[in-house]
Amino acid sequence: MGEEDMNERYMPLAATIVVFLAIYAFGAAAYNNFLSTLVFGDLLTDNAFVIIAAIGATFVILSGGIDLSVGSMIGFVSVAMAALDAQGWHPLLSALLLVSFGAVFGGAMGALIDACDIQPFILTLAAMFLLRGLCFVITLDSLPINHPFVAAFSDWRIPLPGDGRLSASALLMLAALAAGIVLAHFTRFGANVYAIGGDRNSARLMGAPIRRTMIQVYGLGGFYGALAGVAYAFYTGSGYPLAAVGVELDAIAAVVLGGTLLTGGVGYVAGTLFGGLIQGTIQTLITFDGRLTSWWTKIVIGALLFFFITAQRSIMRSTALMRHPA
Amino acid sequence: MSILKHMLAAAVGAAALAGLSASASAQTIGFSQVGSESDWRTAFSADMKAEAEKRGIKLQFSDAQQKEENQLKAVRSFIAQKVDAIIIAPVVVTGWDQVLKEAQAAKIPVFIADRAVESDPSLFVTRIAADFNLEGRLAGAWLAQASKGNCNIVELQGTVGSAPAIERKKGFEAVISLFPNMKIVKSQSGNFTTSGGKEVMESFIKATDGLKDVCAVWAHNDNMMLGAIQAMKEAGLKPGKDVLTVSVDGVPDIFKAMLAGESDASVELKSDIGKYIYDVVQGYLKGKHDYPKWVLIPSDLHTPADAAEMLKKKGG
Repeated sequence: MGEEDMNERYMPLAATIVVFLAIYAFGAAAYNNFLSTLVFGDLLTDNAFVIIAAIGATFVILSGGIDLSVGSMIGFVSVAMAALDAQGWHPLLSALLLVSFGAVFGGAMGALIDACDIQPFILTLAAMFLLRGLCFVITLDSLPINHPFVAAFSDWRIPLPGDGRLSASALLMLAALAAGIVLAHFTRFGANVYAIGGDRNSARLMGAPIRRTMIQVYGLGGFYGALAGVAYAFYTGSGYPLAAVGVELDAIAAVVLGGTLLTGGVGYVAGTLFGGLIQGTIQTLITFDGRLTSWWTKIVIGALLFFFITAQRSIMRSTALMRHPA
Repeated sequence: MSILKHMLAAAVGAAALAGLSASASAQTIGFSQVGSESDWRTAFSADMKAEAEKRGIKLQFSDAQQKEENQLKAVRSFIAQKVDAIIIAPVVVTGWDQVLKEAQAAKIPVFIADRAVESDPSLFVTRIAADFNLEGRLAGAWLAQASKGNCNIVELQGTVGSAPAIERKKGFEAVISLFPNMKIVKSQSGNFTTSGGKEVMESFIKATDGLKDVCAVWAHNDNMMLGAIQAMKEAGLKPGKDVLTVSVDGVPDIFKAMLAGESDASVELKSDIGKYIYDVVQGYLKGKHDYPKWVLIPSDLHTPADAAEMLKKKGG
């Protein structure tokens, strides 16, 4: 692997970081009080649950799949946390139960996808409807989580210089990110995910355990989805059956903006953090402006996504041409 | 490297869409709105903007797109911007304690508009809102009189778990429970949208064999009623004649429907309430701190008798 090749591999990640810094620098230059540790701390806190979900989605996408059930998983977990709270459960206990449920649920999806050769899109779409429906079976209302632990969790923070703070949610997200990076880049499991996403048939021929890895990948996706749900429940101190509708798409957008190829096999977990932060920063910028409708967030993210996908495509083309000149 | 440069240019271009830096001299108020899910909501947003301009307030307006998480982010951005006051029209009742505490720590007064929050009342100054329960009672009272106390009702509920849906239902039920021959025979959420109202009404029409023995449709807002009217017309029924209709909001289209004889009554939820809200906010900022925890905005019921006049007032 030549130096040129390495540069190509890091290109999307570098581009993501540059875009993030550029958007952030623009905000700092254009708006009063934007360049503060408060805004940065809030950015990490407010986007923690989306980024956690997106870390799980990164593995699924790296394996060449997709998971549409993430948003519903977040909604379901938040509602289940609130319902268990009403039964007197400690939030940590219900979090443990629900995160295990997420992993098992995801693992079952992975097993079905591989065993029955079902399109991940369709199977996870079914799971999305199933979990969202379950939210409404549990409750039709938004339910508070009254356990003092939840209030203590959201009150706890490490003060940053200036008036900012690093919240417990932000730390949870950073820990989840660190775990994701280790899993993806320093384990046999991670290598298998890249191999399967790159070329499933060669991976099979080289003896990568396809079934087991698929179960692990979707199990991990479910685990991170449920963990995002726990973060969401702690973040809002409540469960709401309509919570996080469409967050699976925000998560996928974060992964793609983070430089991971939707076709699988190429990408970095760290990129997903920046992909999520780009979305959050654009939203913050538009709120700071205060005159544009917040729907511009979607327009700008749409434009950026479009740009990233076409740019990735052209990088892939040029790399392929360099390797196999016509 | 050229790709990097392109990306950089795109990013700066995209961010430039956000416009130029704003001056910080005038009174700055952040307003986090639920979304733009109904005509009433957009009229309310437009009035908040117009009234702010009239009073020389710099309004930071943020549309939460009906998502609680967007709203929490917007409020945190307002705090970071050090606005003079924050107005929240909340998406849901729960989940506010933390961000309200942060606003209090930053010494920024918070006002709740429209829907209520389930939060420690010391964390916000006051709520400025009409009484959803009273709206439900007004609708129920009108229907009791119009049907002489004999009526099978189908109900289109608002967004599940939202305060107006809960309170309008309660108020309406409180009145019709006084009449032994009035009852709700079907009830489902149409999510406050026209398409939701139409869809639910279609299923009601099927389930009740063309609204047999149904005397009235009661919708938690006009948009759902407009959808229901469309569904009834498509099923060959005559809304307003075969079936009584009563809803809440008083949007221009419902008055048009009244003039066309397709709708009977609507409780007006005033959308030009910016003046009520800013009166309180500016009064507070000037030093008046003895507001009750709920400043009531009055509401009225309108029928075809004054529909033309109302339509003119709403500029429809």
